[in-house]
Amino acid sequence: MLHLPILRKGRPYESIEKAVTVHHRTKEPLVAISQANPGLIRRDMLSLGEVADAMAGLTSAEYIRLCAKAAVYFLNDDLPLGDSMQSVQDYVEQLSATTGLPHVMVRRNMEKIGGVMANMGDVLRGLTRNLDLDILDSGYGESNHTVVSYFRRGNCLGVVLPSNSPGVHALWVPAFALKIPLVLKPGGAEPWSPYRVIQAMLKAGAPPEAFSFYPADHAGAGEILRHCGRGMVFGDVSTTKKYASDPRIEIHGPGWSKIIIGEDMIDRWPEFIDMIAASIAENSGRSCVNASGVWVPRHGKAIAEALAERLARIEPRAADDPQAEIAPFADAGVASRINKMVDIALYEPGCRDVTAAYRPGSRLAEKDGCSYLLPTIVWCDSPEHGLANKEYLFPFASVLEVPQESMPEILGPTLVLTAVTADPKLKQRCLKYPHIGRLNFGAIQTNRIVWDQPHEGNLFDHLYSRRAFQATQLQPA
Amino acid sequence: MSSVTAQFPKALQTKIKAARTQLDAHVRETIAWHFNPKTGAPFWLDYVKTLGWDPRKEIKSYADLNKFPWFEDEWLRGGPVRRWVPRAYAKSPISLFETGGSTGVPKSRISFQDYRIDYEMFSKTLPDQHFPKGADWIHIGPSGPRRLRLAVEHLAQHRGGICFMVDLDPRWVIKLIKWGEMAMMERYKAHVIDQALTLLKAHPNIKCMFTTPKLLEALCEKVSLAKLGIKGIFCGGTEMTPQFHRFAVEELLGPEIYFAPTYGNTLMGLAVHKEPAPEDNWAIIYYPPMPRATLEVVSPDQPDTVVPYGGTGRVRLTTLTKEVFIPRFLERDECEREAPCMKFPWDGVRNVRPYSRFGSSVVEGVY
Repeated sequence: MLHLPILRKGRPYESIEKAVTVHHRTKEPLVAISQANPGLIRRDMLSLGEVADAMAGLTSAEYIRLCAKAAVYFLNDDLPLGDSMQSVQDYVEQLSATTGLPHVMVRRNMEKIGGVMANMGDVLRGLTRNLDLDILDSGYGESNHTVVSYFRRGNCLGVVLPSNSPGVHALWVPAFALKIPLVLKPGGAEPWSPYRVIQAMLKAGAPPEAFSFYPADHAGAGEILRHCGRGMVFGDVSTTKKYASDPRIEIHGPGWSKIIIGEDMIDRWPEFIDMIAASIAENSGRSCVNASGVWVPRHGKAIAEALAERLARIEPRAADDPQAEIAPFADAGVASRINKMVDIALYEPGCRDVTAAYRPGSRLAEKDGCSYLLPTIVWCDSPEHGLANKEYLFPFASVLEVPQESMPEILGPTLVLTAVTADPKLKQRCLKYPHIGRLNFGAIQTNRIVWDQPHEGNLFDHLYSRRAFQATQLQPA
Repeated sequence: MSSVTAQFPKALQTKIKAARTQLDAHVRETIAWHFNPKTGAPFWLDYVKTLGWDPRKEIKSYADLNKFPWFEDEWLRGGPVRRWVPRAYAKSPISLFETGGSTGVPKSRISFQDYRIDYEMFSKTLPDQHFPKGADWIHIGPSGPRRLRLAVEHLAQHRGGICFMVDLDPRWVIKLIKWGEMAMMERYKAHVIDQALTLLKAHPNIKCMFTTPKLLEALCEKVSLAKLGIKGIFCGGTEMTPQFHRFAVEELLGPEIYFAPTYGNTLMGLAVHKEPAPEDNWAIIYYPPMPRATLEVVSPDQPDTVVPYGGTGRVRLTTLTKEVFIPRFLERDECEREAPCMKFPWDGVRNVRPYSRFGSSVVEGVY
């Protein structure tokens, strides 16, 4: 069996306690993952300030070059995996085996992560709003004719990662290029990507101390978030709510991303069905940037029928089928529970599973020993309905009609909003609405991410703060 | 207790048999005491009336204790606590120790001399070079209504030392965690550690320590205990994993400090750990203080059945002292059954941890 060690400031460490993760379909043990005890994590974190100081010795330009080199390794090379080596195909198959993601989706996510590493200069320009990165190296400098100074807000970035989709790893990678040591707690089913990113960085010459990788239980995750200078946590509301009032921790919870169509465009709705369907279903609907709501002033039922007809064509396929569009659940019990939750919510009057008429079987489907939740479009009579603003871990969206005058305020928190409109008033209202993380004007898929446009908080602002600064030249005595 | 001993070497078989004979005799003595109207506790003297048989006639060996129903921990909650005081000790100074009690009524156990006897027995297992006679001790951890309050102090005194005390209230810690007040919990822990560090720095004759795993970690994040002159640490109070054991020895303490992990509780006394051996891979192995208490590992679904050596099961405790008789009590712990060895020729327990079937209802390992 494969073994994945802990990385203590880059140094592999085999724990006595190991969690065994199985192949989701065969249930055969696939990898034993060393588990870090909370005290070990906390002890290591005591000296991360020194690591951060050491990381400041390289320039931002050098970090950007290093990331570009690492991107090539990440995307192409055999890299260490515990005591063995991992090829690109191994990575794809292993990640697919523990998460259920079809190979084609793993590769897409891999390219996304590699893209961020390769284009780190652009990413940092976006994050820093085009700050001259030499200013970060020297601590102060002139930007737009103003003297500015930035300082590190913490000694490390602690990240508690999810297992749902590897694309999220693109979010923390820039912290390394911003010279911040990383303390990562991988998801139980997806340790592969962060480990491979780290190995690629190390091969490219990154200081090993910059990377700590602690597979752990909830107690270990809590220890990281309590003791990191700055943190990030991914998870559902029940996981993240305890950090809601902690300014050190950036929360990445459900997205409730949506698409709205203005009165000016609504009669042209058939033109947008492909874009909407892709926003809902790509990456198997697992991302927070997948649309889970389509809110329109008219033609709602017709849109729901068209989406249902389109998405009902998606069917389970083999993991290595290049046409695969939907992922099975690694844990069949989770699929069953979610399915029941949807069914119970559908009992509430005012809602209909539109897809049911187009699907040959039930929402919960079995194929080759795997459990799938097939795409589901529900029509809701009212925004008050329990399913009107729900997000699940599969392609699911509600369609409903609301007056344009009520948008976007009626939407509530929305990570990505695609507003299909040319109406300046509606666009202005969207621009003013503070609960949108990423705003697209036009027929842009909600899951089309441009990495120099951060959403869910800005990593640079999270990691660095600006101070007032003045200086005079003094001659040495 | 299993009678299957053929798998062991001859010399060990002889020792196992001798220990078993001693246990059977001790059982007869204990039963005679607790069910004698002149010496027994009111609880058992009343209880025997409901049994329909006389334990003094029918219990001849340890195996015969299976005739008793399960001991229910609910019996220990609430009063009157004097029903547990053996009549022979009615005029003796009685201490009361509690366990549980984060919510609801704690379980109580009366004590007169038991804690002293248990800790004096335990003292014999401590190496003098690491727990020097005459050295002072520091207790950092739960005291209050717990047996540890008096027991650690007695251990220190028994070895010629004086015991400094820093208290931690685990019921408060559990409440803070349940409320999600983790920052406050950290501050409380820091408050405990600050007090301990002040004492450790001011009193160089403190060379021995009792503390809990979490507090040991927190202390070692602040100072090198070896540099402060600590030579031996007796650690217990909550679950310890093999990984923690290794981490404590390799990283927190280093080679100069002896680490003595213990498994103890108010109802049993104190189980002694087996010294780590490479083949144990840092497993923590304990042996109960026979014949005063036994630990058996039983099938969770059939608690009458002891699991095979190496098998996993629930801990079943029997305590057999003149102060307390607790037959067949199912603990809130699980572990693997450990085979007897020459030093401890009776069943032991390996890697004790909270009973998994209780799931999240048990808040463990918090202090």
